[in-house]
Amino acid sequence: MLSFLGKRAVASAISLIGLVILVFFLSRLTGDPTNLYLPVDASLESRERFREINGLNDPLIVQFFRYAGDLIRFDFGMSVRRGEPALDAVLRAFQWTLWLALITMTLVTVAAIVVGSLAAFRVGGIFDRIATFFSLIGASAPDFWIAIVAIVVFSVSLGWVPTSGTGTVWHWILPVSVLFIRPFGLILQVVRGSMISTLSSAYVKTARAKGVRNRPIIFVHALRNAMLPVITVIGDQAAGLLNGAVIVETIFGFPGVGKLMIDSILQRDFTVVLAAIFVTAVAIFLMNILIDIFYAVLDPRIRY
Amino acid sequence: MMAGHLLEVRGLSVDFHTAQGAVHAVRNVSWHLDRGETLAILGESGSGKSVSASAIMNLIDCPPGDIDSGEVLFEGRDVLKMSDEQRRQLNGKRIAMIFQDPLSHLNPVYTVGFQIMETMTTHGVSKADARARTLELMERVGIPDFGTKIDAYPHQFSGGQRQRLMIAMALALKPDILIADEPTTALDVTVQAQILALLEELQKETGMGLLLITHDLGVVAEVADRVVVMNSGEIVETGSAAEVYRNPHHPYTKKLISAVPGTGGMAASLGTGIRPLLDVQGISKRFGDFLALDEATFTVLPGETVAIVGESGSGKSTLAKALLRLIEPTSGAAFYDSRDLVTMPPKELFELRRDIQMVFQDPTQSLNPRMSVYQIVSEAFAIHRDILPKDRWQGRVRELLEQVGLDASHMRRYPHQFSGGQRQRIAIARALALEPKLIICDEAVSALDVSIQAQVIRLLRGLQERLHLSYLFIAHDLPLVRDFAHRVVVMQAGRIVEQGPVRQIFEAPQADYTRSLIAASLHPDPEVQAERRAVRELRREA
Repeated sequence: MLSFLGKRAVASAISLIGLVILVFFLSRLTGDPTNLYLPVDASLESRERFREINGLNDPLIVQFFRYAGDLIRFDFGMSVRRGEPALDAVLRAFQWTLWLALITMTLVTVAAIVVGSLAAFRVGGIFDRIATFFSLIGASAPDFWIAIVAIVVFSVSLGWVPTSGTGTVWHWILPVSVLFIRPFGLILQVVRGSMISTLSSAYVKTARAKGVRNRPIIFVHALRNAMLPVITVIGDQAAGLLNGAVIVETIFGFPGVGKLMIDSILQRDFTVVLAAIFVTAVAIFLMNILIDIFYAVLDPRIRY
Repeated sequence: MMAGHLLEVRGLSVDFHTAQGAVHAVRNVSWHLDRGETLAILGESGSGKSVSASAIMNLIDCPPGDIDSGEVLFEGRDVLKMSDEQRRQLNGKRIAMIFQDPLSHLNPVYTVGFQIMETMTTHGVSKADARARTLELMERVGIPDFGTKIDAYPHQFSGGQRQRLMIAMALALKPDILIADEPTTALDVTVQAQILALLEELQKETGMGLLLITHDLGVVAEVADRVVVMNSGEIVETGSAAEVYRNPHHPYTKKLISAVPGTGGMAASLGTGIRPLLDVQGISKRFGDFLALDEATFTVLPGETVAIVGESGSGKSTLAKALLRLIEPTSGAAFYDSRDLVTMPPKELFELRRDIQMVFQDPTQSLNPRMSVYQIVSEAFAIHRDILPKDRWQGRVRELLEQVGLDASHMRRYPHQFSGGQRQRIAIARALALEPKLIICDEAVSALDVSIQAQVIRLLRGLQERLHLSYLFIAHDLPLVRDFAHRVVVMQAGRIVEQGPVRQIFEAPQADYTRSLIAASLHPDPEVQAERRAVRELRREA
C-alpha cells in the first residue's frame, strides 16, 4: 500500500510538472506578456521597463526555470491586480470552493445512494419510476438555467434566501442546491444500475437463503459491491466541482476559485490563473489517490 | 402434526412471464423428503429441477415468476401461505441451501467468518456465541488453520474449501433440511468425492433431510436414496436410485442413462510406426517462480485423439496455449510436420495456424455476440485471404454448418439465438473452416448437458473419420475421455505423471495419482458406487 502511494505520488508529480510546462508555454503563446499585463495605450518605455523588471528579456527557457524555481518555493509571484501574492488569493478562494464541493458531494452521495438503492430494490415500482424520472431531469437540466430560475423564484419572488454573496447559512442554500441537482441525477442512475446487478448476484441469493432481512441485504451485501463504479463517478463529479463551479459561482457571486479564475482571466491577472490551475490540479491528484484508497478499502481483492 | 413427511411438495406449478409470453417452468410437480433421507432431483439444464427448491426458499421473484398452484408443506404447514417474515425465519434456520459455484455465492467483500456468523446473528444468536460456533464449524468441515482463516476473504480459499465454507454456513443452525443445488459441479473429481463424503457424514450426525439437485447420474449413484427425474418442467420418473438406473421406464430416463459416458467400449490404439503429426519435446512454461508446465513430452498421430486429463491447476490449459504460442513457452520444442512451433518466426506461425485450430470450453463466451454465424465462420477466410474468393464464402459456410449438423438457413442468426450445444457446433464449424489437421479442444464439452455432450462427441468422432482429424482433447471428465480418446496423458501440478493407450490407463493405471483420479470419478450405477464405497470404507478402517 505504502509503495503504491509512493508510486502514485511520483506519477502525480510527473503529471504536475508536465502541466506546469504546458501552462507556462501556452500562456506565452498567447502573445507578448506586456500586451496582456499593461494597458493598451502603454508607452514603449513603460513596456520596456516592465520587461526589465519581470525578466521578460531573458531567453524563454531561462524564464521557465526561474518560474519553476519559484514554484518549488511555492512562490507564484504577485498578483498584478490585487497587490498580494497570487497563491494567497487562490488559497483563500479555494477554501470556499472546497467547502462548497465537500458539502454538495456529501449530500449528493448520501442521497443518491439511499434513493438509488431503494429504487433498485423494486425495479419498475412506483418509487423507482419517480426517482428515475426526476434523476433524468436533474442530470440533463442546464445548471445556469436552474440557477437563474432559482434566484428568480426563491430570492426575488419569495424572498426566502439571499440572491448572492456569503455570510450566513442562508447564502449557501441556493448554490449547494443548484450544484446538487446534476451530480445527484447522474450518480443516482449509476447507483441504481450497479445495485440492480449486485442485487441479482449469486451472493445476494445466498443471503436470502440464510434468512437475512431486506435492509442488510441492500445496505450490507449489495451496496458495498455496487460502490466501485459509483466511486469512480463520484470522483469525476467532485473533480468538476473542485475545478470551480465557474457558472454557479459567478451567478451567485460566490468567492470560490471558479469565480476567481474567471475574474483573473478577464483582468489578465495571469499569475493568479497559473496559481489557481496549479492548486486545483494538486487537489484533484490528491483526490484520485484518495479514490484508489477507497477502492482498496471497499474491495479486499484490490491490493496495490 | 408430524404424521406426514418432513417436506412435501404437492402439485406445484410455476410460470415465468417473459416478453415472449408465459413459460411453464414446472408443471404439477410432487415429491417428498423425510428426515435422514437423501432425495436427488435429476435433470438437464432447463428441466426445472431447481425451481421447486427456489419456491421452498422464497427465491422466486414474483413477478416475473408466478406460483400458479400447489403446496409446499414443511412439517405439515404450507410455506407458500406464510408471510415473508415467517418464511425468512425458516430460511437458514430450519431449511438451508448451498449452491453450485461457491465463489460467486460468497460475498467477495466480507470475510468468511462474517458470512458464517451472519446465518446465526440473523436468527438471534449473540455475536460472541456465533464466532465461537463459526470456529467450531470451520474445524468440522475441515478448513486448516481456521483460527486465522476466519478473518480471510473468499478469494483466499480454494474451490473445495469455499464449498466447505458454504456448507459450514448452511449448517450453522443445524437445519432440518439442506438443499444442495449442484454442490460439486464446479469442483475437481477428487474434491467432489471429499465434499460428497462430508455431506454424508454431516447428514448422519444431524439426521437432516438432504435434497440434492444435480445433472450428474454419478452423484445420484453415490449419495441418493431416491431420485426424481425431471424433463421440461415435469417429473418423468420417481423411485429408488438403484431401481431407476436398473429399470428405467420413461424413454427420457432411458435416453439419459444411455448418454452417460464411461460405459462404452474403449478405442484401440492406432498402429505403431506412424509418423507423428505433433511431436512435443520437453516443453516448459514458467511464470515467475511458478513452474506451470514442466517438460511435457508426448506425440499426436494423424487421426488420433490424445486426451490430456488433470484437475484444475494441472497445467493442461497452459500446455494448449503454449502449443498455439498464445503464451511463449520457456523452453522445449514442439515439432509439427518436423517444423518447430516454438522457434518458428511469426509469419510462418501465421500460416501454420490454419492447420491447428482450437475449440474452447464456453461457446457463450468464445463466440462474439455481435457477429452472425456467417460472420463468425467466414472470419477465417477474411484473415487468411488466399483460401477462398469472397463469392464462394457463403457456399462454404453453408457446407460447414451442414457438416456440424446445423440448419444452414440459420447462418444470419446470432449466437444467443442458439442453444448451448448448437453454439458449440458453431465453434466447431469455425474451427473446421480452415481445414485444419489438428483441433485442440479445451474442455470443449464440459459446459454441455450429458445428452448434448454425447451428440457433440459423436459429431467430433464422425468428423475425425471423414476428415482424418487429430484431436488434442483437454478434459477433466474421465468417463468421457475413456469413451473418446485413443491415448491419455495424465497431468498433475504441471507434470505428466503417466501416459499410454486408453485401455492401459483405465484398466492398469500405474501412477498413484491416476489411480486416485479413477477412484474418485463416479459411476452412474448405484450398485457399482455402493461397492466402491464399501471398498473405500474397508480401506479407511484398515
